[in-house]
Amino acid sequence: MQNIPKEMFAPATLNENEAEKISKPSLSFWKDVTSRFKKNKLAIVGIVLLVLLLFMAIFGPMMTEFDYRTTDLAHANEAPSSVHWFGTDELGRDVFTRTWEGARISLFIGLAAAIIDLVIGVLWGGISGYMGGKVDEFMMRVADILYGVPYLLLVILLMVILEQGLGTMILAMTITGWINMARIVRGQVLQLKYQEYVLAAQTLGADVKRIMFKHLIPNSMGPILVTMTLTIPNAIFTESFLSYLGLGVQVPLASWGTMASEGLPAFEYYPWRLFFPATLICITIFAFNVIGDGMRDALDPRLRK
Amino acid sequence: MIVSLILIVTATFFLMQAAPGGPFTKEKDVPPEIEAALNAHYGLDQPLYKQYFDYLYDVARWDFGPSFKYKAMTVNEIINNGFPISLFLGIEAILIAIAFGVVLGVIAALYHNKWQDYSAMIIAVFGISVPSFILATVLQYIFAIKLDLFPVARWESFMHTILPAIALSSSPMAFIARLTRSSMLEVLSNDYIKTARAKGLKKGTITMKHTIRNAMLPVVSYMGPLTAGILTGSFVIEKIFGIPGLGDEFVTSITNRDYTVIMGVTVFYSILLLISVLLVDILYGFIDPRIKLSGAKKGE
Amino acid sequence: MEKLLEVKDLEVSFQTYAGEVKAVRGVNFDLYKGETLAIVGESGSGKSVTSQTIMKLIPMPPGKISNGQILFDGEDLVPKTNKEMEKIRGKDIGMIFQDPMTSLNPTMKVGMQIIEVLIKHQNMSKGNAKDRAIELLRLVGIPSPEKRVNQYPHEFSGGMRQRAMIAIALASNPKLLIADEPTTALDVTIQAQILELMKDLQKKMETSIIFITHDLGVVANVADRVAVMYAGKIVETGTVDEIFYNPKHPYTWGLLSSMPSLDSDEKTELMAIPGSPPDLTNPPKGDAFAPRNRYAMKIDFEKEPPMFKISETHYAATWLLHPDAPKVEPPEAVKRRMKNFSSDKLRKG
Repeated sequence: MQNIPKEMFAPATLNENEAEKISKPSLSFWKDVTSRFKKNKLAIVGIVLLVLLLFMAIFGPMMTEFDYRTTDLAHANEAPSSVHWFGTDELGRDVFTRTWEGARISLFIGLAAAIIDLVIGVLWGGISGYMGGKVDEFMMRVADILYGVPYLLLVILLMVILEQGLGTMILAMTITGWINMARIVRGQVLQLKYQEYVLAAQTLGADVKRIMFKHLIPNSMGPILVTMTLTIPNAIFTESFLSYLGLGVQVPLASWGTMASEGLPAFEYYPWRLFFPATLICITIFAFNVIGDGMRDALDPRLRK
Repeated sequence: MIVSLILIVTATFFLMQAAPGGPFTKEKDVPPEIEAALNAHYGLDQPLYKQYFDYLYDVARWDFGPSFKYKAMTVNEIINNGFPISLFLGIEAILIAIAFGVVLGVIAALYHNKWQDYSAMIIAVFGISVPSFILATVLQYIFAIKLDLFPVARWESFMHTILPAIALSSSPMAFIARLTRSSMLEVLSNDYIKTARAKGLKKGTITMKHTIRNAMLPVVSYMGPLTAGILTGSFVIEKIFGIPGLGDEFVTSITNRDYTVIMGVTVFYSILLLISVLLVDILYGFIDPRIKLSGAKKGE
Repeated sequence: MEKLLEVKDLEVSFQTYAGEVKAVRGVNFDLYKGETLAIVGESGSGKSVTSQTIMKLIPMPPGKISNGQILFDGEDLVPKTNKEMEKIRGKDIGMIFQDPMTSLNPTMKVGMQIIEVLIKHQNMSKGNAKDRAIELLRLVGIPSPEKRVNQYPHEFSGGMRQRAMIAIALASNPKLLIADEPTTALDVTIQAQILELMKDLQKKMETSIIFITHDLGVVANVADRVAVMYAGKIVETGTVDEIFYNPKHPYTWGLLSSMPSLDSDEKTELMAIPGSPPDLTNPPKGDAFAPRNRYAMKIDFEKEPPMFKISETHYAATWLLHPDAPKVEPPEAVKRRMKNFSSDKLRKG
């Protein structure tokens, strides 16, 4: 054994705090989630695309001297040029402007559907989960029965009956769309309501509304956000689908769906009329999907550490 | 389930009634007396509740009434003509979606975080992001019109079925691929896979006999929504490829506001979907031993 | 006694996104034929990683064996390929895991999960394998084995599932059984039954057992020898008597004092060891236990202590055993045990 100086065997001054020091810096929950999200390259691509999209949706129509409804039959069906960057449609309207106007409409529909689903779903699922017992059973039974109605069929039917238009479309989409969100929220509430801090809040005399809004909902934020993010591409898809069937927004309003359905028959000769709205539909759905996936992965507790 | 069905029939019926005007209002040159006679003939002048119950009764007897637009045909005939075609297309699409989706998902999971995983998942995301009718158009343009490899439209030979089936199956296939992958990854993280390895079983054996069998459970559950997706997808695909299936008829009836057809096909579709969900539940009960269909006793 | 297993200087690390975690930092121990060695330690001590590395069950990215040898029956397992290991796993070495709820395939009959092993390693026909499976179920104490063999895991209780796991692990009469916290997830009464069963089977089949646990009570019950692990290293090893009645490492002292004992009086406090194990992405340069060690000396923060020999069978890695180190008083609870030890030894003569 090598020679060790005798002083080395004197007791070390133990810093009490040393013992309790946690050896790895602990991140707050959301910081951890965001750092994991940032590592997901695909999700970042999605965010970038989304930002670009929003920017163009807001500023796009202002970039040209055209508006979305003025017709100019002399310049119908022109290919993209320096005057009309995306070309013109069969009524001579500028496709570029219409595309970004359409962006506003399609994104609006998506967002509106998601928000309405959110509000109804959170209330329904939150109350159902928190109340439990017979109330829960009943509310979920109603949801189940409504869920049994095939979504797209219902949407189509409603569009046929009611006056076509933006409002009807959103109504049709949200009439059963909220059920998914309600189930997720209920699941979360069921998990969380037996946690101790809820018990603590109850002992302190907090009423239902307070417990719900201050404790249960904020802690369910993760799955709620993911579901919202994934509702939007679904809504955009449904809108384009409906428009293809001729049940979309009315002229002269343009949504990507109506533009695509008008562009489809003319695809062989004037491909740009389909190309731009169709590509944007795909890009938007793609972006929201990868963002939603990224959020879901970042929130997954099993992937932590 | 029956409740849902009755709800659908009722809702459909009253919704149709709520539509402005009667089915004959849009017809040109129909003098009011003839319109009245037509209404009487079709029982449209009866009180509403009577019409409702008559309709329920008819549906129960599988009689969906006459078409208001195609004067010589009944709704039943329209369904009978179109459904077999749509069924064939649908089954073809389902098979493609399952076969390719599962294989893609399994490969992605087994090569997790390697290039096979990434490429498979990128393909899947695109499959989900591109609406089927856009894909259908593109496929039609590239492979039928430009490359002349497939017929462009109509329903005459097996070759006619390929492009539409592919277009129809793209979204579901992508979804199944992702579902299979995440299910496989979840199963692989389970302890019993560790046990299987500790037993010295070969990697391939473990994958086939332990991993895949357990990973398939969520995929089987998905078959219900899958059927619904294929069904609604058929509306546009049939239209684009000129296939005379039920979906195409349905779309036409919507455009024409042919109410009895709309109602009848809606009810028919709903029955179809409810049956398929039921079948899937039964199938799942067979595959997962933890679900006892007939309530066996638990051992101790 | 013959040596069955020799682990020399084993080092295992994992590549994580936070860096390289050195989970096992130089572990040495031997296992003799027919004996039970208990490896004790808290979560994160590296005990599970060590045992799973013996079977090379650790996924090799992100894990890797950076150093060392694992000599099983004379042969080094470290360089063996996965295919070669497949012949050994389940046949010469068996393993049972902690949670019987999740360790069995829920969609496969229990009997089949045993039969798999028999067909693979003993080339039995399906019929013979089924008979043998029934025999094995009976051997591990499962009633009505002929019925049970066709049932699914969810139809078994927790204790029965663990018995089934034991049956699977012992199906090919392996020389070594590694039990990774097999009783932790079970009720106390079932625990006792399972331990009895294991001791019984060991006698019958002459298997050597490595028993991993954090529960000293279990150790006292089953082990012949004990190895105490902390932060990826073995800090003390000895026979059961030596560890319980004459421990030399402050960590072992800590473990023993935090255990309630029947003969402690009310005045003796249960001592918890303050703090938590170190982060192994940056292992400390001295003794890893030093920050939590109230007997720590300056040298503990500078250099890692070597293994000091106390007897032929008893070793501990602590600077307290250096001739220049001051004499320290171990905690009350430990001192009492030491008294019992020496008086016992005197009595036994």
